[in-house]
Amino acid sequence: MSQELVELRDLKVAFDGIQVLHGIDLTVGRGEALGLVGESGCGKSVTWLAALGLLPGKATISGSVCIEGHELCGAPRQALETVRGGRIAMIFQDPSSSLNPVIGIGQQITEALTLHRDLRGETARAEALRLLDMVGIPDAPRRFNLFPHEFSGGQCQRLMIAMALAGEPDLLIADEPTTALDATIQAQILDLLIQLRAETGMATVFISHDLGAVSQVCERVCVMYAGRIVEQGSITQLFSNPQHPYTRGLFDAIPRLDGPRTRLVPIPGTVPNPKHLTAGCAFAPRCAHAAAPCDFHRPQLDMLEDGRRLACFNPVLSAGTAPVRQKLVEGV
Amino acid sequence: MVAALIKAEGLTRIYEMRRGLFGKVTPVRAVDDLSLKVLPGETLGVVGESGSGKSTLGRMLLGIDPAESGTVTFEDKPMPAFGTAEWRALRVRMQLVYQDPLAALDRRLTIATQIREPLDIHNLLTKDERDARVQALMAAVGLRPDQADRYPHELSGGQRQRAVIARALASRPRLIVCDEPVSALDVSIQAQVVNMLRDLQDEFQIAMVFISHDLKVVRNIADRVVVMYLGRIVEEASSDVIFASPRHPYTQALVSSVPVPGQPLKGRMILQGEPPNPASRPSGCAFHPRCPLATDICRTTVPMLRTVGLQRAAACHLVEGANAPIAA
Repeated sequence: MSQELVELRDLKVAFDGIQVLHGIDLTVGRGEALGLVGESGCGKSVTWLAALGLLPGKATISGSVCIEGHELCGAPRQALETVRGGRIAMIFQDPSSSLNPVIGIGQQITEALTLHRDLRGETARAEALRLLDMVGIPDAPRRFNLFPHEFSGGQCQRLMIAMALAGEPDLLIADEPTTALDATIQAQILDLLIQLRAETGMATVFISHDLGAVSQVCERVCVMYAGRIVEQGSITQLFSNPQHPYTRGLFDAIPRLDGPRTRLVPIPGTVPNPKHLTAGCAFAPRCAHAAAPCDFHRPQLDMLEDGRRLACFNPVLSAGTAPVRQKLVEGV
Repeated sequence: MVAALIKAEGLTRIYEMRRGLFGKVTPVRAVDDLSLKVLPGETLGVVGESGSGKSTLGRMLLGIDPAESGTVTFEDKPMPAFGTAEWRALRVRMQLVYQDPLAALDRRLTIATQIREPLDIHNLLTKDERDARVQALMAAVGLRPDQADRYPHELSGGQRQRAVIARALASRPRLIVCDEPVSALDVSIQAQVVNMLRDLQDEFQIAMVFISHDLKVVRNIADRVVVMYLGRIVEEASSDVIFASPRHPYTQALVSSVPVPGQPLKGRMILQGEPPNPASRPSGCAFHPRCPLATDICRTTVPMLRTVGLQRAAACHLVEGANAPIAA
């Protein structure tokens, strides 16, 4: 049996014949915190929605998704339903639209407990209260029967996390969980995610376009662009020395809170439409490092000496880094 | 001393909130006795959590939301009442940019028509000049000429926001109020739009009120920053010093909560609790239930905004102005 908890192999997704995900290979180890970053429309969310069979019927999915050796892709609905919520839980960006507005929050959490752990009555209530306490909802017994609109945005996200924890999952997928929240509340939720992972030992996949938030929570990061992983490595590798021009661009675009107030460095252009992808590197039209081969050949995601994976012909080489391959040095 | 372009004094806005159909009406002080001014060509950043009254303030500055008390003075003249002919004429000189460009654009009109609309409404320029102005504006905000006949749904989020900004600039305003203009955009596109706003501001010498909850963006674009908490200004300083050496505990917590790539969360000051409900405002300093330094005086007495250094002010009992060193 493999060490990995979840393994995606060559996962491809097409909507109405237009391919949006071009073969994603990804593994999540037990207890690991993995970040997935990229702009909107790069396929971050689609990857996990496809893996859990949550995409609408018009999506064609191929490839393999294994959880501890059990294949999920194409598995019958019953098999998927034991995994969803039970083994793998997912929380979304907008918590208030994920909660049922006409059912009390206590009942929504006990429902998850009944479904996944067969808890009922007082046992379920006691466990729901324990979860609410764990995610930091104060005065939980008194607020057990309140409705979602009586909670603030940050508290709704805590409720979603409590519900996700109800099935004692091995993996929590957090899809932009803090994007809609204020900075102070975002810090609280990130802190909560870190703390929960330490307490329960569950693995976390953190999907975000905010590199700052990702770096607080994760150990390993995958950068996605136009339906492919373009760079993958540990937080330290990617943050101290990003090599893909896209990763570098994402960093450079973040305004700084210290240092001189300089002009921002945007990435020119926008994410390409999946309908009009060329044979070359999808990032080439926006890339300052693009050379002749980038327009016609697509770089493969190769393992480098330091263990990171990179798909680029002309990586950004910062001072003090040994060139990875001789032929790449020219033109940089 | 340059005369202020827009000046607000003692602005107060009270919303009436009713709990349930027959519930008691409770007044909500969205903006509470707030004074500020913006110089010509200056950018004032307004930051704070949701519910702190940032957007209401922006609307009041433009006269869209009436003030219960207090005055707004634009170019030394009092703001005319909302909806009057004088107010409408004044809108040529002050414009608003919203957060969600798709909601701010009419989806059945082309981009060029919408950018042209302020010119048509206010009857500025001749017909040919209007076309030329639209073309120049589109070029200035980085839209291609062939996008003139596109509809909003055919553009990306960043392009739509560019169109909204072009429309706001069409009448050559002296002031624009931007309410979270880049919050809905990806970081890479956000940088494009922020740079563009800075360039346009330099070119046309427009004063700007930039409302955002994103401290990093505000620091980059604003000359001066006010921090709001429950409808009041708690700290005001130039954007260079306020984030480098925040004095008010709330500003300190805000600055500390900004995630910096590559730095762990440990050792940061994480503010506990949620922003309180404006309908049940805490006594004394509104921040005291969440403040780690709160003492007895904070629970009873509302702190006034006092000068605490060179061109900076804070509303906190515990910030000493006289003997504290001025931040470098």
